[in-house]
Amino acid sequence: MDTLVSKYANAASSASFDNADNLGDNLSGWDAATKFALPAFDIPMVANPTDFLRAHTDASAENRIRIQHGTTTLAFKFQGGIIVAVDSRASGGSYIASQTVKKVIEINPYLLGTMAGGAADCQYWERELGRRCRLFELRNKERISVAAASKILSNMVYDYKGMGLSMGTMITGWDKTGPALFYVDSDGTRMKGERFSVGSGSTFAYGVLDTGYDYNLSVPDAIELGRRAIYHATHRDAYSGGSVNVFHVKETGWEFIGNYDVGELHWHYHAQPKGVIA
Amino acid sequence: MSIMEYNGGAVVAMVGKNCVAIACDKRLGVQAMTISTEFKKTFQATPKTYIGLPGLATDVQTLAEKFRFKVNMYRLKEEREIEPRALAHLVSSTLYERRFGPWFVEPVIAGLDKENRPFICSTDLIGCINFAKDFVVSGTTSNQLYGMCESLWEPDLEPEDLFETISQSLMNAVDRDCLSGWGAEVTVITPEKIITRTLRSRQD
Repeated sequence: MDTLVSKYANAASSASFDNADNLGDNLSGWDAATKFALPAFDIPMVANPTDFLRAHTDASAENRIRIQHGTTTLAFKFQGGIIVAVDSRASGGSYIASQTVKKVIEINPYLLGTMAGGAADCQYWERELGRRCRLFELRNKERISVAAASKILSNMVYDYKGMGLSMGTMITGWDKTGPALFYVDSDGTRMKGERFSVGSGSTFAYGVLDTGYDYNLSVPDAIELGRRAIYHATHRDAYSGGSVNVFHVKETGWEFIGNYDVGELHWHYHAQPKGVIA
Repeated sequence: MSIMEYNGGAVVAMVGKNCVAIACDKRLGVQAMTISTEFKKTFQATPKTYIGLPGLATDVQTLAEKFRFKVNMYRLKEEREIEPRALAHLVSSTLYERRFGPWFVEPVIAGLDKENRPFICSTDLIGCINFAKDFVVSGTTSNQLYGMCESLWEPDLEPEDLFETISQSLMNAVDRDCLSGWGAEVTVITPEKIITRTLRSRQD
């Protein structure tokens, strides 16, 4: 890693493209951090870009195509780390576009992001966050904290406030301070917490989560609570469904626990005695 | 959001060889929230005719009672059961009576006439009748149902095959619609008997 660090460290100060003959030499000094410091987007050439965008993406717009508005995602801290559980449905209006969406975005082996709102917005900005976290690692020779990572994301999307970005996400991970969980959305909200649920099915998930939650839950019980909360949300919320994806964030990084099809999960729970939570 | 999509729901009917089938989903929702999974949308009108009423749930219930009343009055006056074709026109004129403040329901009718010939039709919410020789669809899942029916339906299906075809069409169609599903009910009408089966399906 030291070689990489030194390569990027001196390049930033000496990079010069004035002499075409030296272009090859300077190629090794190409600095991603400078080049892509801020992503640039083409803006529609109209008097008011914000109004233009709104007119074409609002619920009333005839040609509105916005996939994945309905979702249920949750994450909670407990004695054994953090459980992240999500559904997998993507809908455009009332049409089900996909039942197999990956709504947990693996930013790096220690950081997870969840996806609610605009799929493209979440995917793009969390990928961008991943890139910036990697650059932080190369420059500072240590992993970024979850607090810092979530703040990078919230600052990035805040720059585009009012321009139609739509994302409600939870950033989770394990850093020097232990397990950490942040809620970040496209309005610029950023909150630390120990229990969040985001999306159209979040109220249903909260109901189950709050009933069954205990900080001292064992790992298998915590996994079951997360899975059950998402299942109940998919059952009641028309815009959530498909399957449940569960992740466990530990000191050694995140671990994928499993994918459970709601079509089968329902009858599995149906056969169980009533009144059992987790 | 359109009032036709407020509660969600799907109905489909198909013609077979000397038989017809009608099927519906069982969801009752209030926009995104599923309230009940036991809300059937097909009703028996006569011994050999069923009527399916997808649309706004309050109107579904009101119209189901209204049609029950009208079919009973018809039987008392005429001293015979109403024919499916006559029922279609009764439904149509009942809906057109409310031309400027419609019932938000798009009915489907399926049955066998007095010669046991299959009859199916659907109407729009103000009573325009659509007679079909193959299948009719209605409700929030109609696009998906057209796709399934166009690919699975074939002429002269026997009752058991018709049951399989209509069941697969409905179940696979509602799996692509957020607002329908949560179980289904299928009714096959033959000259000898009526077979009603409840289908298990995805609950999300």
